[in-house]
Amino acid sequence: MTEAGYNFAYLDEATKRMIRRAILKAVAIPGHQIPFGAREMPLPYGWGTGGIQVTASILGPNDVLKVIDQGADDTTNAVSIRRFFTRVAGIATTEVTGEASIIQTRHRIPEKPLTENQILVYQVPQPEPLFRLEPHRAETRRLHALADYGLMHVRLYEDIARLGHIAKAYDYPVMVNERYLMSPSPIPAFDNPKMHQMAALQLFGAGREKRIYAVPPYTPVRSLDFEDHPFRPIRAPHACAICGSTTSYLDELVTDDAGGRAFICSDTDYCQERQQAPKAAAE
Amino acid sequence: MYVAVKGGEKAISAAHAWLDETRRGDTALPELSVAQIEQQMALAVDRVMAEGSCHDRFLAALAIKQAKGDLIEAAFLLRAYRTTLPRFGASAPLETSRMRLRRRISATYKDLPGGQVLGPTFDYTHRLLDFALAAEGRDAPATPEAPTDMTDVPRVTEILAREGLMQREALSESEPGDLTREPLSFPASRPVRLQNLARGDEGFLLALGYSTQRGYGNAHPFVGEIRVGHIGVEITPPELGFAIDIGDIGITECQMVNQFKGSRTEPAQFTRGYGLVFGHGERRAMSMALVDRGLRARELGEEADAPAQQEEFVLYHSDNIEATGFVEHLKLPHYVDFQSELENLRTIRRAAEAELREAAE
Repeated sequence: MTEAGYNFAYLDEATKRMIRRAILKAVAIPGHQIPFGAREMPLPYGWGTGGIQVTASILGPNDVLKVIDQGADDTTNAVSIRRFFTRVAGIATTEVTGEASIIQTRHRIPEKPLTENQILVYQVPQPEPLFRLEPHRAETRRLHALADYGLMHVRLYEDIARLGHIAKAYDYPVMVNERYLMSPSPIPAFDNPKMHQMAALQLFGAGREKRIYAVPPYTPVRSLDFEDHPFRPIRAPHACAICGSTTSYLDELVTDDAGGRAFICSDTDYCQERQQAPKAAAE
Repeated sequence: MYVAVKGGEKAISAAHAWLDETRRGDTALPELSVAQIEQQMALAVDRVMAEGSCHDRFLAALAIKQAKGDLIEAAFLLRAYRTTLPRFGASAPLETSRMRLRRRISATYKDLPGGQVLGPTFDYTHRLLDFALAAEGRDAPATPEAPTDMTDVPRVTEILAREGLMQREALSESEPGDLTREPLSFPASRPVRLQNLARGDEGFLLALGYSTQRGYGNAHPFVGEIRVGHIGVEITPPELGFAIDIGDIGITECQMVNQFKGSRTEPAQFTRGYGLVFGHGERRAMSMALVDRGLRARELGEEADAPAQQEEFVLYHSDNIEATGFVEHLKLPHYVDFQSELENLRTIRRAAEAELREAAE
C-alpha cells in the first residue's frame, strides 16, 4: 500500500523527468557535477535527500530496493529511508545485496561485487571535491573546466611532506575517466578501488547542494596519488569477530571501559552471507 | 552487542510514539487547537509561512503544533508539503502602493501623504512582563478606531524617485527565476537573491543586516518606509488573457534608503535595499532590505569584502532548512569514516613512535 495523496515515489512526474535529464547528462559526462532543481523532501537535508531524489526518479514498481548506512541495513537512517519508499512507492525491499536492483547507500560500497543489472545510488553531503581548498563554487567550476587540480595535488603532497603519507582516510578524491576530479562521497578510502570499472551504474545525489553526478559502468576511476607514494586503502588489521573475514571493511566496537575492542564487518549482509555459507556447505 | 549498536525499526516507532506523547504534554490541561495557534501565535505563524515559503496560515499553525513550537522544524514541515504542490505560474507584480495598510511608518519624513500609522506594534511598549496576562479569561479592551483611508498611499521611495534622487530599478517584463525549481547559480539575479532572502533564516538575516550597520559593509541606511497590510494577488491565466484576483495575502514591505556616492556613469543619488516578506515581519523585512543593499555592492562598484556583501556566502547559508538538516546530520552514524580516521591516526602515531625509539637507541 502506498501513501494516499502522493504520487508514486513521492515526487511528481515532471520533477522526476527533470532529475532523469540531469542523470542522463551526468552519465554522459562522467564525474562532472550537474546542477539540478532539488526539491524539499520530507526528510532533512544532509540525511540523504539527494540520494532519495535520485532513487525516487529511477524507481519503477518492479524494482527491489536495498538501503544501507555505514554498510548496514538496520541503521536508523537506512530503516527510515527504506520505510519512506515502502510508504510512498510500495516497492519490494531487500537486505540481500545480490537481490537488489537499486541500492541506496551512505558511506559504503557493498563488499559483494555489483552487476550490470544494479544501480548504486550514493548520498552525497558535499559534491565539490575542492571545497576545503576553494570555497567559492564559481571558482571551483572554473577549475573543473580547466581540469586545474593543482590545489588538490599540493594538498596531498603536503600530507606526505608532513606525515610521510597521504592522511585522507575517507572521501578520498578520485579522477574519473581521467578528466574530472570527483568526491566519492564519504566512503572510506578502502572502498575507492571498487568504483574502478564497476559493472553497475553509480549515481551520486547531493540534495542540499543541488548537484547530481555519475560514473557509468566500466569507467576508470583512479584515486589520486603519486608514483612514489601510491594509493593505499586503509583497513583495521583484524578479522571480523563474527564471520572471520580478513578482507572486509570493519567497524570497531568498544566492548568495555578497559580498552577492549572488537571488530566486525561493517557490511551486515556480507557478514550474514558468510555466516550462512559454511552451514549451507555442510548440509 | 551487535544489536545494541545498530538502531532498529522498533526503536524508531517507540521514539516517535514518545514524541507524540510529549507533544500533548499534561493531559489534565486542555489541548491547544490549530485555530488558537493561528490567532494567538500569529507572529510565529507569520515566521513559519515566510521561512516555509508557503502562504497558508492554517497549515503554518498546524506545523507549529506538530513541531511542538520549534519554528524551524515547523517551517521544514511546511516546505516539505509545499514541494508537492504543482506550480501554476507567476503572479503579476504586487502594487504595494495599493495595499490595505494596518501600519505604515517612515523614518525619513515627519509627515507625508497617507501619514504615519503605528498600527499594532511592540514599538514604544515597555518590556515589562504583564502578570495580568497570566490570569486568563481577560479579554483585551476594544481598540478605539480612527477613520483612515489607507488604500492608495504612495511609496516614500517613489516620492524620492520622482525628484530624481532615488535610483530607479530596472523594469523587466520577463518572468523572474524560481529558486524552488532551479538551483542557485552565480552571479545570481536580483529576483533570485530576493527570493532567497525572503525565506532566509530570520536570525541569520538579522545578524548579517546588523553587521552592515557596524562597519562590515559600510551601510548608511534610513528606513524610507515600512508598510504592513494585505494585498490581492493577481494572475493572468493564458486561457483567459486577463488578470484575475486569486485572494489576499498579508505582507510586510521595507524600503531602505541608502547613500550612493555615484559613479562615472551615474550621479550621486540614493539607492534602495528592498525587503518583502509574508505576514507581519518587520525585523525580517528590515534585515532583508539591509542585506539586499549589501549584496548590491559589486553592481554599484563599491568595495565588497564584508560578509553581507559576499553573494555566495550569504545565499548558500541563509536557508535554515538546509542549515539545520546539515548541522543535525552530524547525529547520524559516522562510524565508518571515524574508524578510517582511527586507523589513520594509529598509523601516524606508530610511525612517529618508531622514529622516536630509533632516535633513542
